[in-house]
Amino acid sequence: MAYQGGNIPQSIDETQEMLAAGNYLAGRPLATVLFLALRMKRPLFLEGEAGVGKTEIAKVLAGALDRPLIRLQCYEGLDVSSAVYEWNYPAQMLEIRLAEASGTTDRGRIEADIFSERYLIRRPVLQALSSPDGRAPVFLIDELDRTDEAFEAFLLEVLSDFQVTVPELGTIRAGEPPIVIITTNRTREVHDALKRRCLYHWVDYPEAAQELEIIRRKVPGCNGTLSRQIVAYVQKLRGLDLFKNPGVAETIDWATALTELDRVALDPETVSDTLGTLLKYQDDIARIEGAEGRKLLADVKAELAEAG
Amino acid sequence: MATAADNKIAGAAMEGRLADNIVHFARVLRKAGLRIGPAAVTDAIEAVQAIGIGDREEFYTALHATLVKRHEDNAVFDEAFRLFWRARDLVGKMIALMSPVVARHEEREKRKAGETRVSDALFGKEDDRGQRDEPDIEIDARFTASGSEVLRKTDFAQMTAGELAEAKRAIAALVLPMDEVRTRRFRRSTLPVAIDARATMRQAMRTGGALILPRHRAPKTVHPPLVVLADISGSMSQYTRIFLHFLHALGEHRRRVHAFLFGTRLTNVTRQMRYRDPDVAVEACSQTVSDWSGGTRIGETLKEFNRLWSRRVLGQGAVVLLITDGLEREGIELLEKEMDRLHRSCRRLVWLNPLLRFEGFEARARGVRAMLPHVDELRPVHNLEAMADLVAALSGAARRDAGDPRRFLPAV
Repeated sequence: MAYQGGNIPQSIDETQEMLAAGNYLAGRPLATVLFLALRMKRPLFLEGEAGVGKTEIAKVLAGALDRPLIRLQCYEGLDVSSAVYEWNYPAQMLEIRLAEASGTTDRGRIEADIFSERYLIRRPVLQALSSPDGRAPVFLIDELDRTDEAFEAFLLEVLSDFQVTVPELGTIRAGEPPIVIITTNRTREVHDALKRRCLYHWVDYPEAAQELEIIRRKVPGCNGTLSRQIVAYVQKLRGLDLFKNPGVAETIDWATALTELDRVALDPETVSDTLGTLLKYQDDIARIEGAEGRKLLADVKAELAEAG
Repeated sequence: MATAADNKIAGAAMEGRLADNIVHFARVLRKAGLRIGPAAVTDAIEAVQAIGIGDREEFYTALHATLVKRHEDNAVFDEAFRLFWRARDLVGKMIALMSPVVARHEEREKRKAGETRVSDALFGKEDDRGQRDEPDIEIDARFTASGSEVLRKTDFAQMTAGELAEAKRAIAALVLPMDEVRTRRFRRSTLPVAIDARATMRQAMRTGGALILPRHRAPKTVHPPLVVLADISGSMSQYTRIFLHFLHALGEHRRRVHAFLFGTRLTNVTRQMRYRDPDVAVEACSQTVSDWSGGTRIGETLKEFNRLWSRRVLGQGAVVLLITDGLEREGIELLEKEMDRLHRSCRRLVWLNPLLRFEGFEARARGVRAMLPHVDELRPVHNLEAMADLVAALSGAARRDAGDPRRFLPAV
């Protein structure tokens, strides 16, 4: 029973297959949580360091399930008018002028005309609640920790009942609840009340074998020896207590950079020339450029030679 | 007890009793300190039904996704899961825990994080934590600084009603530098700052659109998050009580306050400080911190803060309040580097130094000289007897140059 594109997966195996078809390699735990989120129709709350592929899950999911992806990028000061809805004020003013010109004086009539769906500008949250063809969209709330508590509190209504209230129109309820994916980088603690409504998963850095497979799929031009060295090197870097550990996204960037440079194996000069794709803090770069980085590379090579 | 628990575990395979076991498991986790509501337990049962039992790892993930909501709780959950859902090994484990000889070996060798709490929660072992003698400390270490790590517990006198009232008054008067940040949200305003189209339109509808009068709005300002790093080493011990009360009163007054205490190690006491009662909060703090009145390692602890916490608490334009005397003996280079990093990660770094009560203070100590170039403001405290003094020191910025850290540096 292979997975059919466009359907909600019926088992954990199918979930894993579906993600793999979208070139996303998920470990068993992530596939399980995702399957549960789809089955229980609960928002999925993904937490983890930057660059471990949290946002990518939503994109792959939208592609595999053949549903629109609606993305709400959070930022400080995100408010209702840019997240949920806004009225088209110039058009409303015009409507009032027209009503005046045609001599309409019925207040109820004017009000109904002005605050009608015609003048409603739908922002991401409202878009996510509507499913024109009966297929609920994938709703990605990205980097929730960047917004403030007030917006978080507003999301409680959206995430538990999948409805929002527009004072002039009334409550708008989703026919089919959207598939919600929330990501955070933990730059701020998100309130428990919100987490309680979601399934929680901590996205960790992948294991060596998995990361190797990711490189193989994402950077097809990268040869076997080089990609093994890259993965072993990055895996070792993550154990070094750096200020910012390189994520999978950085590994892919690095592999791409080295492939573009036509390298077939790592050597100290190449590493220090391209370190900027991997490490983003000057302290970390300075540290790895020195003796510590050379030793790391020698270790990696020795280990790989030993393993054959 | 062994048989009862054993029966429960043995029943795990049976469909009908699975729900009971999950409820019991959740109770164990709750006892071990995780915050799990009844809704989470219902979710867990539903999740397990959805995946169907078969694979241990899937079962683990299903329970994890529904019962754990914070990454920090991972270790406790792991340990609880291992202990609770391992039917065969459970009896052996319990025997090991019950008999003191074997247990001691086990504990020494492989005690994982969270294990103590979980086994306490699971087997109800009432330990003698309450009876442990807490030594009375009377060491006058005010003018000394040491790098050695001494771990101590301590007790603080409770707060009197008068002090509490005074603390509240003092905090209300606190004005921190650059304490208002403009947000991208708006509030209604009577001044014509910007037109509020939504309010204008609503107002116009009241008159049927005949009269469209402009309504206005202005950007809202809020207090930025405040991160307090307070030194509790020996040389600062006489002020520690004031700091704790200050932190507590601050947390009641403002919403986003993160509190850290450091001596030789860094302790996050934000959660402890949230207790409503100041005595309970201070008591919880003194339980958590293990290095009261010991040595100082400012550089090391700042490094730890920068690496583990700075990205989590310094967002949204945080102001950092560093309370220390800056008497660092070793690792001046590290201290300088970490101060620099801290300075770059926050919006404003204010250093409060109680040593400055001495007239004619000049930065001679190497630690102080290393830190000075990296702070935005240095606030002296002339007489730190009560919280009012602390607040006055933080608020008073009448003179422009009052807080300029460079004036304390010896002329080159």
